[in-house]
Amino acid sequence: MSAAETAQDKASARNGWLLSTPALIILTLFAVGPLLIVLVYSFLVPGKYGNIEWAFSLEGWRGILFTKDIFTEQYQLADANVTIFWRSIKLSLLTTILTFAVGFPTAWFIATRPPKARALWLFLITIPFWTNLLIRTYAINEVIRNEGLLNTLLLNLGLINEPIQILYTDTAVFIGMAYVYLPLMVLPLFAAIDRFDMRLLEAGYDLYASRWNVLRRIILPITKPGIIAGSILVFVPSLGAYVTPRVLGGGKQMMIGNFIELQFGQGRNWPLGSALSLMLLIIVTGALLIYVRYANGDSRHG
Amino acid sequence: MTQVNAVEARNVVKAFGQGDNTVRALNDVSVEIRKGEFFTLLGPSGCGKTTLLRLIAGFEMPTSGTILLEGADITYLPPNKRPVNTVFQSYALFPHLSVAQNVGFGLQMQGRPKKEVDETVARMLALVKLEPMANRKTSQLSGGQQQRVALARALAPKPKVLLLDEPLSALDLKLRKEMQIELKRLQTETGITFVFVTHDQEEALTMSDRIGVMSAGKLQQVGAPKDIYTRPVNRFVASFIGETNFLSATAESGAARLGTGDLVELPGLTGSGSVTVTVRPEQVRLVDPAEAGAIAATVKTLVYFGTDTHCHLALKDGTEVVARLQSPATGEAGLAQGQSVGLRFAAGAAQIVED
Repeated sequence: MSAAETAQDKASARNGWLLSTPALIILTLFAVGPLLIVLVYSFLVPGKYGNIEWAFSLEGWRGILFTKDIFTEQYQLADANVTIFWRSIKLSLLTTILTFAVGFPTAWFIATRPPKARALWLFLITIPFWTNLLIRTYAINEVIRNEGLLNTLLLNLGLINEPIQILYTDTAVFIGMAYVYLPLMVLPLFAAIDRFDMRLLEAGYDLYASRWNVLRRIILPITKPGIIAGSILVFVPSLGAYVTPRVLGGGKQMMIGNFIELQFGQGRNWPLGSALSLMLLIIVTGALLIYVRYANGDSRHG
Repeated sequence: MTQVNAVEARNVVKAFGQGDNTVRALNDVSVEIRKGEFFTLLGPSGCGKTTLLRLIAGFEMPTSGTILLEGADITYLPPNKRPVNTVFQSYALFPHLSVAQNVGFGLQMQGRPKKEVDETVARMLALVKLEPMANRKTSQLSGGQQQRVALARALAPKPKVLLLDEPLSALDLKLRKEMQIELKRLQTETGITFVFVTHDQEEALTMSDRIGVMSAGKLQQVGAPKDIYTRPVNRFVASFIGETNFLSATAESGAARLGTGDLVELPGLTGSGSVTVTVRPEQVRLVDPAEAGAIAATVKTLVYFGTDTHCHLALKDGTEVVARLQSPATGEAGLAQGQSVGLRFAAGAAQIVED
């Protein structure tokens, strides 16, 4: 490489850094900064009226899974916390599975429409985004509550004798999250199916594959990037969901998000809240790493 | 004993659309494709040749008519139940599978044991000379190699009939010529009946045992390449396969009288009225204008093609006739524009075609 070329490379590298400076500053200030504060707080002692006191302690992290017995001062497993974690993971997984089961046929339907109709359908899918999440959640509340649309309908049809209690159960949270996150599943699936070469279906049928085998051996593996993207987009926010479990779970069916909020509010235990937040971050990152690695490895060998 | 045909279409009609918009892609087509032959469906785009192929593959169902495979009615059998495989124009290789997995797909779907699948895949890859590529992704292959994978994939389950939908159209000229020879070799080696769809008349002539010429949803003529070329039944076939001259004439007994008054001998011709005489350019000979029976003409343009020269001639009544002359070694055609010449048709070359 000539001296001139080296100089040019150096200059372009310098320019690259210069150009990304604003982005780097914003990232440092608003992403890394708060995260560092949360990290530091998680190792401190809770203040009496919220906030923190500057003394090192591992109580916050220990509090994620253990509580101190008031009388014996012994640490024991916090069943309530474990239940909340388990509920969060279970509901997020179920939400991901349900949105996929509903979203895949939907995305397939849209992707196989003529281009003009396709734009309309996509537009319809995105309409819920125009309304505030809280309002949408209350709309679901209105549908599933005891005096709501669903129960009234079933009662009038004579299918049930008394209203089914859906509101304030795990099921309510599950329905709400599946509704709220469905578009996040449909859009990446649509993008993947849109790229899918429909002629491969004929090739599959021609080579003796049944409908099921065409789906399993051709469509699903080829649209896998979309399935992964959709699953991540649904699973990650589900795990940290706050509004939906609050409104539809009625404060009893808490998920991690509500539990964290509790620590910063009534609980007045900021270090525990911080530790829980970081724990959530770790769970999500871990889940993503496993998922992506599994998915990629599969495509390499499968 | 009459041999059972590999494929037989009986009075097949395929209409698309509804009401006034109905288009008949196939209009009462009947054809018999013999076992072990290389049969080509030839025609311009939109003539229905691909539709016929798709009906045999099972991707479409006919509006009416029957399709038989080795004597058995398969008209309404789904494609995955037909022992027929297709080489697609776009190849349609599975992008998520390796070359070997692509080739083995059909066998796997048939539920053959793994050992048999592996052996057949290895044999097929050897047949199309792609053994070193077995573990590559199909996207890493060139167009010609992808073509071979598509062939191997369709041949692996040993279909009773192999359907090829313009498989060479995406290749460049040199590769196409190679693949033509390759295809013919594969067909001979495997002994499988090939039904090949193309709009390229040269491809059809060089590869086929028999050709079915299609136009406007109808089968115009079925026959060996030589028959189709030398004895076209109608104007469409004559003009679609190769180049030809058409001359309007009046029928007389044993000859046709051209507009110029010259007589073209056509033994067996009887009756009267106007007829169309056709002569291939390579059957037109230039002779001394003074020679007895020579038709007087004037050289209008000369187009040099390397191996031969196309000489565009005008007859006395203005009719244009093209003669294909072998280019002399010196590159001099020995002809000049405006020169008066005589022309004569090679014996038996001129014939009558239906319009």
